[in-house]
Amino acid sequence: MTARSVAMTIDQVAVLFGGLVAISDMSFTVGEGEIVSLIGPNGAGKTTAFNVMTGFLTPSAGRVTYQGRTLTGLKPHQIADLGLIRTFQRTSVFPNDTVYDNILIGLHRRGRVRLLDAILGLPGARASERRLRQRASELLEWVGLERRAQDAAGSLSYGEQRLVGVALALAAEPSMLLLDEPVSGMNASETHRFVELIRSIRDRGITILLVEHDMPMVMTVSDRIVVLNYGRIIAEGTPDLIRNDPAVIEAYLGHGVGHA
Amino acid sequence: MRAIITILAVAALASVPLWLRDPYLLNALITTGIFVIGAMSLNLLLGFTGQLSLGHIAFFGIGAYVSALTSLGFDIGLPGGFRLVHAPWPPIIGLMLAILVAGLCGYFVGLLSFRVRGAYFVIVTISFAEVVRLVALNWVELTQGPLALTNIPSIALPLPGFGELTLRTKMQNYYLVLAVALIAYLLIARLVHSHFGRAMRGLMENETLAVSVGIDVTRTLTIAAVISAAIAGAAGSLYAHYIRIIDPEVFAFINTVTMVIMVISGGKGSLAGPVVGGLIFGLLPVALRPVMAPEAQWIAYGGVLIAILFVLPRGIVPSLAQRFSRRRSKATALASVTLAETAAKEPA
Repeated sequence: MTARSVAMTIDQVAVLFGGLVAISDMSFTVGEGEIVSLIGPNGAGKTTAFNVMTGFLTPSAGRVTYQGRTLTGLKPHQIADLGLIRTFQRTSVFPNDTVYDNILIGLHRRGRVRLLDAILGLPGARASERRLRQRASELLEWVGLERRAQDAAGSLSYGEQRLVGVALALAAEPSMLLLDEPVSGMNASETHRFVELIRSIRDRGITILLVEHDMPMVMTVSDRIVVLNYGRIIAEGTPDLIRNDPAVIEAYLGHGVGHA
Repeated sequence: MRAIITILAVAALASVPLWLRDPYLLNALITTGIFVIGAMSLNLLLGFTGQLSLGHIAFFGIGAYVSALTSLGFDIGLPGGFRLVHAPWPPIIGLMLAILVAGLCGYFVGLLSFRVRGAYFVIVTISFAEVVRLVALNWVELTQGPLALTNIPSIALPLPGFGELTLRTKMQNYYLVLAVALIAYLLIARLVHSHFGRAMRGLMENETLAVSVGIDVTRTLTIAAVISAAIAGAAGSLYAHYIRIIDPEVFAFINTVTMVIMVISGGKGSLAGPVVGGLIFGLLPVALRPVMAPEAQWIAYGGVLIAILFVLPRGIVPSLAQRFSRRRSKATALASVTLAETAAKEPA
C-alpha cells in the first residue's frame, strides 16, 4: 500500500453504557482516499464507533480527529459541515417525500442562501435553486435511481431505500463517507452494482469507512479491514491478511477447529 | 392548476365587500380573517416543523398590546422613582413594533425550548401564555388590567402625496386584513418551498437523518418560531386596532385551541389548510347563532371537528388534494401506456 496522508484518527476511544463496555480502547487510522471496512460479529461495537465519529455519541474516553480537527464536543450537524457524512442502518430516508425531494433536502449544505433572499425570490436564490435541482438530478443518475425520482421514498424497496440513503449522504458533499451496512437487504446483483458505486465514489476522492456483514463484498472492496470483537480491535490489515488471521476465524466461527 | 385556484379564491374574497352589505356578516369575516392569519402562523410551526405551540395566542396578544400601547401612549413608574412616558405614535408604527416584539418573544421561547423539544415545547408555550396573561392582568398601570385598554385608534395608512387614510369602515378594514393575510400566505409559501422549508420538513420526518446531512435543528426551529410569532403578532395588532378594545381575556387558552382546531381541520402542513379550516370555524358561530345558544355551539364545534377528521383524516385540504391527485395520476398513467403502445406499433 502506498503511503497516504491520514484523514481520520481514532485515538484510544472507549464507550461505556453504565457498566457495559461497548468499545474499549479503540485506535486506528483511515487514510485519505482509502476504503476501510470495520467488521465484527453482532454487538462488537461497530455502529457505536460510527456514532462516536459522527457526534451522535460522546466517547467516555479518547478522541477522534478528522483532518487535524478534534471532533470532541461538536454536534452532528457541525461534524457534517466538516464533510464527514454517514448513512444509517435502518432510518435512511425521508419517507413521505419523493426521492428527488429527499436529495434536495440532502443538498442543504450546498443550498444555503440568505433567508430573506429566498423569501423575496431574489435572482441569487433562484439561481441557487436551479443549481440544486441540476445537482439532484446528477446524483440520482449517479446512484441509478433516476427512474424512481418522483416516487415517495418510503414506497421503495429496501435495497433502493439504501441507495437513496447513499445519494442523500453524497448530496451533503462528503470528503469522507461512513456507510453503515449499506448492502443489507440487497440481492446479489444489487450488491454487485453497489460495489461499483462505492468504487466510483472513491474515484472522486472520497474516503470511505464501511461497516458491513457481507464478507465477500467486504473482501472485494476494501483496501484494509479492521476487525472488532467485544469492543476491542482483534486484527487489522489487508483482506488477504484478515482472511487467514486465526483470531478473526475464532471470533467468527468459535473454537473447535483444533479440538474436533 | 393550483395557481388558478389561488387566483380565483383571492378574487372571490376580494369581491365580498362589493356585494355583501350586512355589517354583522362583514364584521364576522374580518375577525375570522384575523384569526385565519393567526392559524396560518401556527401552521408554520405545527404543520411544517411538527412543534405544537399551545400558547400561540401569547404572540397574538403581545402584538395586540404592543400595538395598542404604542398608539395610545403610556406613563408608568419604574423602580428608583423614574417614570417612563411614551407619547402616542401612529398605529402603523404600532403594527411594526408588534411584529418585532412578538418575533423577539418567539426567539426567546424557541431558544429556551428547542433544545429539548416535543412535550417541553408544548409546556413552555402554555406557561409563557399564562405568564403574559398574568402580567397583562396585574400590571394595571400599563395595561389597565381587567378594565381593558379602550379607545385604541384605527389604523391609518400613510399615502404619499395624499396625507393619511384612516381605516374606519368595515370595508376598508376587510381589505386591510385580506392584504395582510395575503402577505402572510405568500411569505409562508416562499419559506416552505425554499431550502429552509426543506430543512424543516427533513427535521419533521427524520430528525437523525436531517442532522446527519448538516441541518442545524435548533437554528432551523428557532427561525420558524420567530417568523410564526411575528405573523401572529401582526394579526394581534390588526385585532387591537379593529376591535379597538383589548383586555387580558385575549390571552385565554380557548383562543389558542380555536387556532389549533382551524389548523387541524383544514389540514396541517398544507398552505391553504388553515384558511379553509379558519373560514369554517370562524363562520360557524354565525351560521349557528339563530339555532343555538353560545354554550351549545362549543358542542357543535366538537361535533364538526370530529366529523371532518372522520371523513378526511388528514384535514380537508390534504385529504381532498390526495384524492384529486390519485385520480389524475391514474389518468396520466393510462395516457402514457397508450402512448407507449402507439410508439411500439410504429415501425422503426
